[in-house]
Amino acid sequence: MAERGQSFSHRLKPALVNAGLSALVALALFCLVLGIRTVDTVQGLTLKPRPLLLATAVGIVFVGRLLLELFWWHRSWHLPKPTGLKGLRAAASQYGGVVLIIAAVLFPIVALALEKSLHLGLPLRYLFDLSIVVLTYVMLASGLNIVVGLAGLLDLGYVAFYAVGAYSFALLATNFGWGFWMCLPLAGLAAALWGCAVGLPVLRLRGDYLAIVTLAFAEIVRIVLLNWTDVTNGPNGISGIPDPTLFGLPFTPRGDVTFSSFFGIKYDPLQGIVFLYYVILTLALITMAVTLRLRRLPVGRAWEAMREDEIACRSLGINTTLTKLSAFATGAMFGGFAGSFFATRQGFISPESFTFIESATILAIVVLGGLGSQLGVALASIVLIGGFEALRHTQGLKVIFGPDFDPALYRMLLFGLAMVVIMLWRPRGIISSRTPSILLEAEGGAAPANQRRA
Amino acid sequence: MAYFLQQLINGIALGSIYGLIAIGYTMVYGIVGMINFAHGDIFMVGSFIALILLLILLSVGVTMIPLALLIVLLLAMALTAVWGWSIERIAYRPLRESFRLAPLITAIGISIILQNFIQVAQGARVKPLQPVVTGGYTLFQEGNFTVNISNIQILIIVTTLVLMTVFWLIITRTALGRAQRACEQDRLMASLSGVNVDRTISLTFVLGAALAAVAGLLYLLYYGVIDFYIGFVAGIKAFTAAVFGGIGSLPGAMLGGLIIGLIETFWSAYFTIEYKDVAAFSMLAIVLIFFPTGLLGRPEVEKV
Repeated sequence: MAERGQSFSHRLKPALVNAGLSALVALALFCLVLGIRTVDTVQGLTLKPRPLLLATAVGIVFVGRLLLELFWWHRSWHLPKPTGLKGLRAAASQYGGVVLIIAAVLFPIVALALEKSLHLGLPLRYLFDLSIVVLTYVMLASGLNIVVGLAGLLDLGYVAFYAVGAYSFALLATNFGWGFWMCLPLAGLAAALWGCAVGLPVLRLRGDYLAIVTLAFAEIVRIVLLNWTDVTNGPNGISGIPDPTLFGLPFTPRGDVTFSSFFGIKYDPLQGIVFLYYVILTLALITMAVTLRLRRLPVGRAWEAMREDEIACRSLGINTTLTKLSAFATGAMFGGFAGSFFATRQGFISPESFTFIESATILAIVVLGGLGSQLGVALASIVLIGGFEALRHTQGLKVIFGPDFDPALYRMLLFGLAMVVIMLWRPRGIISSRTPSILLEAEGGAAPANQRRA
Repeated sequence: MAYFLQQLINGIALGSIYGLIAIGYTMVYGIVGMINFAHGDIFMVGSFIALILLLILLSVGVTMIPLALLIVLLLAMALTAVWGWSIERIAYRPLRESFRLAPLITAIGISIILQNFIQVAQGARVKPLQPVVTGGYTLFQEGNFTVNISNIQILIIVTTLVLMTVFWLIITRTALGRAQRACEQDRLMASLSGVNVDRTISLTFVLGAALAAVAGLLYLLYYGVIDFYIGFVAGIKAFTAAVFGGIGSLPGAMLGGLIIGLIETFWSAYFTIEYKDVAAFSMLAIVLIFFPTGLLGRPEVEKV
């Protein structure tokens, strides 16, 4: 092993050896699954060797390990730590949320104004749609944050509550003709009830078992939705879900009293989308605000105490089952709200939308944003969802990899890689570690001003 | 009765495959206390490796099927073990002292990576394989319903039995098994007594991945069709089996695998096939409520 600060030539030999070993391992890993492709033909499966691809993959591993050995792992220099960064981060955690909220509120107005006055040709509809998706994930992640971040219960089946909310609304709306605003609380309630129903028997379990039971439950919900065709219409899903209205004013071009005719303005399809944007923004902000307030209530304190040490918590007389159940139900309720919003925005839902990968995405946002951190959740949603969505539309990659390159295929691969790399690099999240809501001042030093109040 | 017996045979064959995967879960959980969420996908990678190896051997003209299968089995075990080793080394070891959720998150990430890597490298379409092991025996006849046991079912059951015996000997009779049991009880104390903890944990992953590769090969031969997604459901069911039998217990994993296989088979045979997974997963919840430590698990002592 090379010591820190040894001369370059001394480090070269062990680095080469290690890189060679890594390349050998990579060769063993990739020789079959990457080096040979199975191709369907009329005669059955045939094999097509791809030595070039295999050599490239092994070469990348060799060079990568060599560079890491030489210039990164045993480096004698350190990344400069600018002193201003600490202040910047403190400022970000104090004002970042406010800035983000203001930006989110102003975003459609500014975008519309820019487009109207300068005619930049912005893809407004796409931008708004993307922002709505990102905000939906912000809301979902905030809801899951209550369960995972605050109460420390690992829920791998959060998507089940999302599905329950979406299907409750869709069924109520298509069968009884109820509107979005009437169904929204009902969908939340239904999801919360499901949260209780699942939680009650399994919450006595230890964390890892809970994770797998919630995962199994989400699969059960999906299978039932897929097969109970009389009610859910099976894999074909439910379509014709109504759009939300503004106090009874629909966003349609024609009709008795519509939004545009009531206010005497010209109809524009963007009006409905902007309205949806503000609906989900409001919902997401409500979720965050409720979470922030809950943290200061006894129940929130109990959640955080339970996350830190369940046995200690129980010995202090806190009913952990009830505390867990409340966290589970609250999280599920917000999942249900998000689900009914998803249903109304799409106008069509099917079990396809509620697979495990959704749960994993939401969990990744919560964990990578920093467990329990509100700002982290918002930023991680923007980066992960927005970033990967942008990747899907990047044409530049096609120039490099040829016209057959389909970025969508690599999207999930990169997503998984990002999960692993970020976790290894900053296990406590990209943005921040969770800040305790309350600190003992004598031991923990002076608590930040905003927390001393609490 | 004949129908019941036939389903029993089918269920045992399926359950053996689940049991082989479940051992990987239960060993890793026993030694590092984490759910190796990617284990189901290692099984999937193992079955792809077995498929490609089998196709190579058939195309170079190895016509003796038992020999070909033996070569495939050994090579697939070795190559899949490298996957298991690398994953532990890259994604789990650096986080061993981190908070409890950290390795689980990377495991989910690895699971996503493996699925999408295979999808990108091998295509999303299902991969069919012509039956390699054919034939079977008729046990007896009742009316016009015959009870059959196919050669592949015999192969599955025999392979599982042999591997279980070998495995049991490794755990109870070798230095590696002793080191494993020591690490399970107290990692710090084990390292103080001269057990190389890192190597023991690595070897646990290697053994688990090798058994998953066997399960992958058997699955491929039994069903004759695989795709990049088989690891997910098989993984959850195998984990269910591990929990059912009592996580950390090797005979428990095998027993749990058999029970899950039987439940699934009988449910499909007597009720609706669409809800067979629901039956298996509901079983998980029910077992955890009534036997939180599983059938053969030791009760856990809570220490403050």
